[in-house]
Amino acid sequence: MSQYPFTTVIGLEVHVQLKTASKLFCGCSTEFGAPPNTHVCPLCLGLPGALPVINEKALELSALAGLALHCDLPPVTKWDRKQYFYPDLPKGYQTSQFDMPICADGFLEIEDPADANQTVRIGIIRAHLEEDAGKSMHDEVAGRADSRIDLNRCGTPLLEIVSEPDLRTAEQCVAFLTKLREMMVHLGVSDCEMQEGSLRVDANVNLHIDRNGEVIATPIVEIKNMNSFRNVAAALAYEVDRQYEEWETKGHTIKTHGKRTFGWDDGKQVTYPQREKEESADYRYFPCPDLLPVRLTEAQREKVRSMFTELPQQARERLQSQYDVTAYDADVIVSAGPEMLAYYDSVATACGDGKRASSWVQQDVMRSIKEQGISVDQFAISADQLAALIQCIIAGELANNRARDVFEHMLDKGVAMDQAMKDLGIEQVDDSEIESLVADLLSKNPRVVDDVKGGNAKAVGALIGQARKANPNANPQQVRELALKMIEQM
Amino acid sequence: MLDSAHELLSLQEQGQLTATEIAQQAIAAIEASQPIHNAYTHVDAEAVLAQAQQIDQRRAAGEALGALAGVPVAVKDVLCTKDMPTTCSSRMLENFRPPYDATVVEKLRQADALIVGKTNMDEFAMGASTETSYFGLTKNPWDIERTPGGSSGGAAACVAAGTVPLSLGTDTGGSIRQPAAFCGITGLKPTYGRVSRYGLVAFASSLDQVGPLAWSAKDCALLQDVIAGFEPRDSTSLDVPTEACFAATQSADLRGMRVGLLRQSLDSEGVDAAAVQAVLDAAKVFTDLGAEIIDIDLPHRKYWVPTYYVIAPSEASSNLSRFDGAHYGHRAKDDNGNEINDLVSMYCKSRGEGFGDEVKRRIMLGTYALSEGYADEYYNKALKVRRLIRGDYDAAFNDVDLLLGPTTPTSAFKFGEKVDDPVQMYLCDLFTVGANLAGVPAMSLPAGFDQLNLPLGIHLHAPALQEARLCQAAAAFQTVTDFHRQRPSEPSSKS
Ligand SMILES: [Zn+2]
Repeated sequence: MSQYPFTTVIGLEVHVQLKTASKLFCGCSTEFGAPPNTHVCPLCLGLPGALPVINEKALELSALAGLALHCDLPPVTKWDRKQYFYPDLPKGYQTSQFDMPICADGFLEIEDPADANQTVRIGIIRAHLEEDAGKSMHDEVAGRADSRIDLNRCGTPLLEIVSEPDLRTAEQCVAFLTKLREMMVHLGVSDCEMQEGSLRVDANVNLHIDRNGEVIATPIVEIKNMNSFRNVAAALAYEVDRQYEEWETKGHTIKTHGKRTFGWDDGKQVTYPQREKEESADYRYFPCPDLLPVRLTEAQREKVRSMFTELPQQARERLQSQYDVTAYDADVIVSAGPEMLAYYDSVATACGDGKRASSWVQQDVMRSIKEQGISVDQFAISADQLAALIQCIIAGELANNRARDVFEHMLDKGVAMDQAMKDLGIEQVDDSEIESLVADLLSKNPRVVDDVKGGNAKAVGALIGQARKANPNANPQQVRELALKMIEQM
Repeated sequence: MLDSAHELLSLQEQGQLTATEIAQQAIAAIEASQPIHNAYTHVDAEAVLAQAQQIDQRRAAGEALGALAGVPVAVKDVLCTKDMPTTCSSRMLENFRPPYDATVVEKLRQADALIVGKTNMDEFAMGASTETSYFGLTKNPWDIERTPGGSSGGAAACVAAGTVPLSLGTDTGGSIRQPAAFCGITGLKPTYGRVSRYGLVAFASSLDQVGPLAWSAKDCALLQDVIAGFEPRDSTSLDVPTEACFAATQSADLRGMRVGLLRQSLDSEGVDAAAVQAVLDAAKVFTDLGAEIIDIDLPHRKYWVPTYYVIAPSEASSNLSRFDGAHYGHRAKDDNGNEINDLVSMYCKSRGEGFGDEVKRRIMLGTYALSEGYADEYYNKALKVRRLIRGDYDAAFNDVDLLLGPTTPTSAFKFGEKVDDPVQMYLCDLFTVGANLAGVPAMSLPAGFDQLNLPLGIHLHAPALQEARLCQAAAAFQTVTDFHRQRPSEPSSKS
């Protein structure tokens, strides 16, 4: 229990890898998981004479992220070289943006996890574009150091989003990151897969301790290597305790120790100091002479604005009002990502029944793609086909469970709806056929007839199962209505 | 015989000469010159002969041939060639073979030029005498005790020695024009962005430009027309139509052209009287050709060299970071000949061994100028001065069409005269760096000889993108003068 009250001050630096097909300054693929050093060219390899050419898509996605974060998009942005030596940086410098980032001065609002009615506005200082470095892999083989470099990742576009130190708790940080990730995924800016490194988080944290009215700041610690949101929360919680104790026992303050860099050890669940070289480095930033400053044209800005349709929260609200689905259903669909939302939108619009569409998409489509381990884009049943199936239900041509048979058959056999109905022998059953079926059932079930006549209309339900056994295509609604009518006339 | 590219083209067209014969002559000339002048770092005789035979066969078959078909061209060893080493005359890249061609080299191949080899230069193009090459001195064909200038010393000497009619150099602060002046030939530095830098090993990216060297302005124009043009792989390449330089050389009429005489540069300290006289004589020639001479000044001229020697080393310090022994190029071993396990030691030793003194000096200068706390005082201030220098040119070109002055303060100097005094060496760029800082085209052309009978050059500047105007004026000058027709006598020393 700490003796003095304190405020935790946290700012986040989030790197998101932009969802471009090719790298920031060359045509190499950004595909994840390819064999080492197969997505490389003279530029990625840092060969002399190779020159960078800006990827327009990366500019657009960055500007799109900026719009979502309420940032200004300055008229001119430029490129700077950040210089340091490391084997995974073959040019000896990283092309980045120093003093004129593509996005500046924005904010992101989150609900405070401690109080759902409280909205907290987190300032965004800037978001700048830069190229990623390669990957170093250090192996200790047979007692001798062996380092390998994979340059596939070298040159992939990153957007570094830097927040103001407006965050006060680890939970707020997780809420911020969750909302940011959802937004970036929703807008197609990034996949934000922490496991693949397309979302990386560093946190700057210190405490402002109130010792009887005197505010004392602890040294700022930058925590790196947190590879999940859970780790971010754990690392920050650990760091808060550690900093308080360090101040209490050793008296470290920002004046005595400034800023330091720590890593997060997931196994031991502790933060630990990293080499101090980071802080003392002079990157000798200067404008990259191989690239011209970028002026986003009005056409480009217009294109970005047209890409900026709606944010996840707006989509949730829209689904509720447009299709009359519950808040819960809207959340499930929107949280499943932009492709699922688009799929649902198409099904709901085409079939005209948002509620039924919601239930089919959530129960059948989501379950099925989860089982198959695919994305909805790869799903065999198109939104139009599903909408047509739902329309058959609405028209009373198919019972829900029979429609499910058709759905399964379409998936199993990879056939279209018409073919599936044919395969299952589903066709409109002749009215006279149903009439003779019901008459036959009534004669075999005198008790049902008596019960109904005695005022228990529900008793007729017993006939429906038998009718479907005799003819799977018999429409339950039709059987029910016909049976009641015939009993009345008896 | 190998003096004039455009004559070689017409002789082939007339059937009086074959590409094979030309190639054989070039190879023989190189074999004779190389032990004396050492203009080349690499020559591939077999490939050239094979290519020449193909060109002859294609000509016989009536196929269309490129604009430089059968014309031997030498390429400065700072331009990437996928079938030849590209060393930048440095130990660092002694065994480096790039997997691709520079754009200008691709264009030479498309034009069916015979690329005979790579020419010697100051290491990474840093120097004004070719004395910093790891592969030995290149001798000036006019006096083998003197330097050919630099950094494109090999590119100028190979033409002056009569081994090829055309060569490609690069110019960051005068590296085409100063050696052209020292070797009595013509050299053009095009507008920044006019020629693609793709595949040019960068020294100072905002200043580097590839350009032609030849005896005459006509031949320079011929080569310029082949290499110029927008290229998307170089983001600083200018997306504007090119003007035909060779066509512009057909008119010797300069009536109405206003030539600004940089009279103050004639009064500069250390400028040889003969160099001054050459400029004044040239002004007279231009007057006779119909041009009007107007005295003009570029007020910030005295800041050119200091500005250049902040910006160029700053960019160089960054551009040369990639040569660290990790991925390619020279990697040092420890004293027992084993791999060095410690990364920082490997970096230090590889760069320590791989780079020569001048390169290290410039890396240190540039690193210092960009360092935190110094960048404002040096690099950022230099950028501001650079804008003023550009402004001077803009103002001058409101009044005149061309600027005229000396290319160098003196004729070629002797080996060892300046190499140990960097400041003296840097002053070789006194008249040439302005064009690079402002990005405008400039040309040096032979215009006289001093008392030692060493060639002197005059220097013309034109507004951005006006290479054709430069070529026209220079070619007109060469229709009424014969300085560009003088040839060095057999190898000798004039001391
Ligand atoms: Zn690449």
